[in-house]
Amino acid sequence: MKGKKKNLYYWAFIIPSLLAIFFVIVLPLILGIGTSLTNSDGYNAVFVGLSNYKNLLSDKQFLYSLRFTILFAVVAVVLINVIGLGLALLVTQKMGKVSVFFRTIFFMPNLIGGIILGFIWQFIFVRAFAGIANATGLSFFNAWLADTTTGFWGLVIVFLWQMSGYIMIIYISFLANIPSELIEAGQIDGANKWQAFWKIKFSMLAPAFTVSLFLTLANAFKIYDMNLALTNGAPYGSTEMIAMNIYNTAFFQYRQGYAQSKAIVFFLIVAVISLTQVFLTRRKEVDL
Amino acid sequence: MTREKTHKWLVIALGILVSVTWIYPFFIIFFGSLKSRAEIFTNTIWIPENFVTENYSRAYEGLEYGRSFMNSLFITTASIIIIVIFSSMAAYALARNKSKISTAIYFFCALTMLIPFQSVMIPLVSIFGQIDFLNRFGLIIMNWGFASSMSIFLFYGAMRSISVSLDEAAYLDGGTPFQIFWRVIFPILKPTTVTVIILNAIRLWNDFLLPSLVINQEGMRTIPLRMYYFFGEYTVQWELALAGLVLAIVPIIVLYIFIQRYIVEGVTKGAIKT
Repeated sequence: MKGKKKNLYYWAFIIPSLLAIFFVIVLPLILGIGTSLTNSDGYNAVFVGLSNYKNLLSDKQFLYSLRFTILFAVVAVVLINVIGLGLALLVTQKMGKVSVFFRTIFFMPNLIGGIILGFIWQFIFVRAFAGIANATGLSFFNAWLADTTTGFWGLVIVFLWQMSGYIMIIYISFLANIPSELIEAGQIDGANKWQAFWKIKFSMLAPAFTVSLFLTLANAFKIYDMNLALTNGAPYGSTEMIAMNIYNTAFFQYRQGYAQSKAIVFFLIVAVISLTQVFLTRRKEVDL
Repeated sequence: MTREKTHKWLVIALGILVSVTWIYPFFIIFFGSLKSRAEIFTNTIWIPENFVTENYSRAYEGLEYGRSFMNSLFITTASIIIIVIFSSMAAYALARNKSKISTAIYFFCALTMLIPFQSVMIPLVSIFGQIDFLNRFGLIIMNWGFASSMSIFLFYGAMRSISVSLDEAAYLDGGTPFQIFWRVIFPILKPTTVTVIILNAIRLWNDFLLPSLVINQEGMRTIPLRMYYFFGEYTVQWELALAGLVLAIVPIIVLYIFIQRYIVEGVTKGAIKT
């Protein structure tokens, strides 16, 4: 085909997607940087320079939400990866067709959206736990979601329930790619099962760790639905995660310029996490 | 041999124990949805003594279930059709024309994937509000924009294993690139199309935040939106809230049981490749 006509087709195939990405993601981001320099309330806006960003440094609720989210992310990342790997090792044992059944069940919560998951667990923490406390007299089950600590662990548990099955699937696919000769060779060399696991599987799983770790981390930062349905920030904003803090500033307080400065900082945090992942996985690939 | 057998049964026993614990929350909700209001307070986690099925008819009405279901189905289906058509075409053009521009576009798409939704939502809503697009039509366009990069990557990855000689043969037969793509290439991309459909379907069907910002008319609410308002009204009547939750979950679980293999495969591909 002649160059000119070929060019025409090339752009005709690509332009629709590019336009959609531009108007939905890129343009809002660029305009958002502008908005973050104003005191916009959604209707009127006056340029205020960098003062929104300066105010962030002394915004107690914002800094609290940021700390809460980071702590949440760290705890959740560790637990999800331990449980996800545990589930993956469990379902990859030799046991025939039941393993598919187990896999199906462990992955199931991942298909349910955050709003529904949050409501399911609100009932379990508030009503079912109270019932268990009454029946057993164990004070551990009392008054869940009523204070910051149980709110925090409540969020961790729900996120864990949702994400572990997903992380399990990633580990399974990496475990399946470990050549069985490698493990057999290790066993011939006199390694027992534990040594085979730690020395061989563990080192071969390194790229899976990187992927799962950062995937969980980035997802933990973006949580909103689950937070809304489970605690809605209660009591007194003490379980308000960063995404909810941005939302509330923009759509309840109508401080959209200020909220957008938080959104830009949020973007930078998430982008750094994701870029670190890309950097680490690429480097590993080169090493291999 | 016996040692291996013991090991196998121990593992299966452990698996059963863990999986029952894992899905028990679903059972708590299901049991609760069949109880009377009084029984929920006395028997919170076990099988109901008396089955109350009318919770379901009342929750069905309260959720306007038929309508919410159709709204969710419409938004999800329409968005996915557009996403699949345009992302596969873009990936085809990028994969078949290696040039600096293609590489630049590829990296541009990769960069947009780093941008979390919350960092663009405020200006996005304001832009679409100004052109009167805060409706289902606008929502579908937004879904398309947010899903494009990931979908293009998945199609692009699949294109690499499709030989160029197929295109060339079809071109000699007198086809335009448009015809070649839809008649020759797109059918071969089917496994990837399934992956793209599944990954987007899970996300779009469950999406709450974006629709909550875009859809203003009550009659247009999707299931998660409707559930949000319904739950707020009925937390004092847990039996109805629980029946509503079961109604919201059932379509997903039923579909999952039927096409479980494809879903797990699709999610694996999506997680590893992007």
